[in-house]
Amino acid sequence: MQASSDNILSAVRIDKGFPGTKALDKVDFHLQRGEIHALLGENGAGKSTLIKCLTGAYRRDGGSILLDGVDVDPRDTFDAQRLGIGTVYQEVNLLPNLSVAENLFLGRQPRRFGMVDIRAMNRKARELLSEYELELDVTRALASYSVAIQQVVAIARAVDLSGKVLILDEPTASLDAHEVAMLFRIVRRLKARGLGIIFITHFLEQVYEISDRITVLRNGRLVGTRDTADLDRRDLVAMMIGRELAAEIHAVHATAAEGEPRYRFRNYGRRGRIDPFDLDVRAGEVVGIAGLLGSGRTETAEVLFGAHRADSGTAEIDGRRVELSSPRAAIRQKFGFCPEDRKTDGIVGDLSVRENIVLALQARRGWTRPISRAEQNRLADLYIRALDIRTADREKPIKLLSGGNQQKAILARWLATEPELLILDEPTRGIDVGAHAEIVRLIESLREKGMSLIVISSEIEELVAYSTRVIVLRDRAHVAELGGERITAHQIVEAIAAANERRAS
Amino acid sequence: MTSTLRTYLARLLPQLIALAAILIAISMTFPGFLNLEIQNGRLYGSLIDILNRGAPVVLLAIGMTVVIATKGIDLSVGAVMAICGAVAASFITSGHSLLETILITLAVGVLCGMWNGILVAVLDIQPIIATLVLMVAGRGIAQLVTEGTILTFNDPGLIFIGSGSFAGLPMPVVVWLVFGVLVALLVRQSALGMLIEAIGVNRRASTLSGVLTPVLLIAAYMLSGLCAAIAGIIAAADIRGADANNAGLWLELDAILAVVVGGTSLLGGRFSIAASVLGAIIIQAINTGILLSGFPPEFNLIIKAAIIVFILVLQSPRFRTAFAFFAVPGRAAKTTEQEAK
Repeated sequence: MQASSDNILSAVRIDKGFPGTKALDKVDFHLQRGEIHALLGENGAGKSTLIKCLTGAYRRDGGSILLDGVDVDPRDTFDAQRLGIGTVYQEVNLLPNLSVAENLFLGRQPRRFGMVDIRAMNRKARELLSEYELELDVTRALASYSVAIQQVVAIARAVDLSGKVLILDEPTASLDAHEVAMLFRIVRRLKARGLGIIFITHFLEQVYEISDRITVLRNGRLVGTRDTADLDRRDLVAMMIGRELAAEIHAVHATAAEGEPRYRFRNYGRRGRIDPFDLDVRAGEVVGIAGLLGSGRTETAEVLFGAHRADSGTAEIDGRRVELSSPRAAIRQKFGFCPEDRKTDGIVGDLSVRENIVLALQARRGWTRPISRAEQNRLADLYIRALDIRTADREKPIKLLSGGNQQKAILARWLATEPELLILDEPTRGIDVGAHAEIVRLIESLREKGMSLIVISSEIEELVAYSTRVIVLRDRAHVAELGGERITAHQIVEAIAAANERRAS
Repeated sequence: MTSTLRTYLARLLPQLIALAAILIAISMTFPGFLNLEIQNGRLYGSLIDILNRGAPVVLLAIGMTVVIATKGIDLSVGAVMAICGAVAASFITSGHSLLETILITLAVGVLCGMWNGILVAVLDIQPIIATLVLMVAGRGIAQLVTEGTILTFNDPGLIFIGSGSFAGLPMPVVVWLVFGVLVALLVRQSALGMLIEAIGVNRRASTLSGVLTPVLLIAAYMLSGLCAAIAGIIAAADIRGADANNAGLWLELDAILAVVVGGTSLLGGRFSIAASVLGAIIIQAINTGILLSGFPPEFNLIIKAAIIVFILVLQSPRFRTAFAFFAVPGRAAKTTEQEAK
């Protein structure tokens, strides 16, 4: 256990459990003075849990935190701030309706005769921001500035308050390239001042641009800490998704569907969400979509389904132009979409399993043509049996079902509409192993029946198992397409990691 | 079918018990309370009074139920009542026929609802704020229509709606009964009810499933506006004039209360129009009962509040769980067992 004097913050063997899961399992993390340290991992890897333990938002179950070599135990975020650990989140959590100066000095305004000395506060605020090369009217409301500026104000406040460790949790998620560059200039300057900076992001390009070292977590465990310069992109991706590149798995399934594509998307995209892409889908084909979180997977699905209207390009079905301006329009073209976030976008929690299953079909028929109760019961029972949805009865509120069964019910909702193109966004996330296998089997059997499917998954092996083609996404763009023999876990990981080549095939 | 009926009655049971308890309590302090008599082919009695006086709140509660089921709220209904009363009075006094007056008034109510609906569904303003606009502005509009006076009228047809009778029942009771049944049938015989509940529980998931959310949301507020218009006509017809300042004053709160007493959650979703109507009747029964029982009037609001708190406590899930734990341990155990499965 070396406690190098260079380490400004050391977390040693941090444990944190939640009922039913172990979120952090003896994780070590060392942050040096004057370094930018990227903390990476897929969703659920434990990044935010670790951050929350460091900032006192959670109490850790075990392990110790050393700040400047002294054992600390922040009770809450305020305590952590006082000790020297400041955090800036993706969603700026300042008060948009107050002025910039008030935000900077909230809770510690300079006083004069017991009153807030507004003039002194504004002067100090200007001084503080000038260190960040920002010339702002500090009396204006924070909300009148762009998110990037707000981000910098948040950083200025955090650094001024804490001054030892700065945690940036996805600060660049909603910034454009120019703003990211500005933010990075500031972060580098803070590094030069000797701060330890923890940088969390899903953008690997940015990790390589700015970070000195990288720590990767997976499933609550430390995978490793490496110098950024010594870690190539492919190894990094492998560390994150936990795939030994040596272990090659190649699916043995029917050859890719032949013939003309049924669905033809050209130059299809939406600014700020997903770069324009071309996509063809044939009948009886499963197109897998791979990429890291934030690479534009869900955005692709949402644009295809009309949940976010495309602002460029054309969509054709069987050579006929169609407008997919809304989910309703897409459903009219016999599209179906199981969203990634089952809870907020999928299930209608208080309604019964039966109602959830018939919802899309009923919505398509319109309210004036209700599906009779007998027919609803028949459909519900049919799919409860066919997909083996475990529920006491069809009238049980869907929110009481387990994740896997909820997912099957959402699938049933779409199957009941007899779709011809089914878009599945992470259909197997957060469900138990048994249901997982059943859903994979279901995807296969739907394909065999001639349905077209687009399946997004972060489980590379799973994509290899059922895809006839795999599209790889990075940084909100489609960067590669793999087909036939080239669909292997190795090739997919390579494509995700590859830096600058576009359109690998 | 019998099982459907049984679940339906089970849903209304708490409201029915509360109503019965209140009626019994009143009749103990005021013996003649439950008497009904027929004069000139019309029923008279305190019970009929309750149904009659409660008409505006019942009507508002019908629309409010649907709006609340979409996870919204309509604060403007009291003000819309005032607007519609004023419109009805001014049209009838300026020589329009009764039919024209009523149609125009209803149209104005629907338009008010459409305004609210557009603010909520298209501009995505929080319902409580969106409808607050019309709640504040509405009385001003009504005053403009009546030009600041109380606009009185003598049209026998319009007055009949407020104080006439049909089939032995006062007209307001007939109106809300018929309208309530129509709305309940419309909502439950078509797929509207389920789609509205789906929007209320999860608007995003509903939209992604192809539900025409904006249109249904606007329609819900339009229905609420229509209900307010009918209530406004009845209130104006009752006093034979339009009082822009006092017509429907604070009734939006009674209507919301009626929906809550009726057991529809303010978080949206599952709703029952019949239960809301019962809720409105319960509130009116409390009002009438307090007046009849001869308590000093300064206690009225406190007593009303106490009774309502009691009803809400009875309905609260926590109380129910605790109660079920003591009362029927067998059943409680069985449900947890099912959950476990």
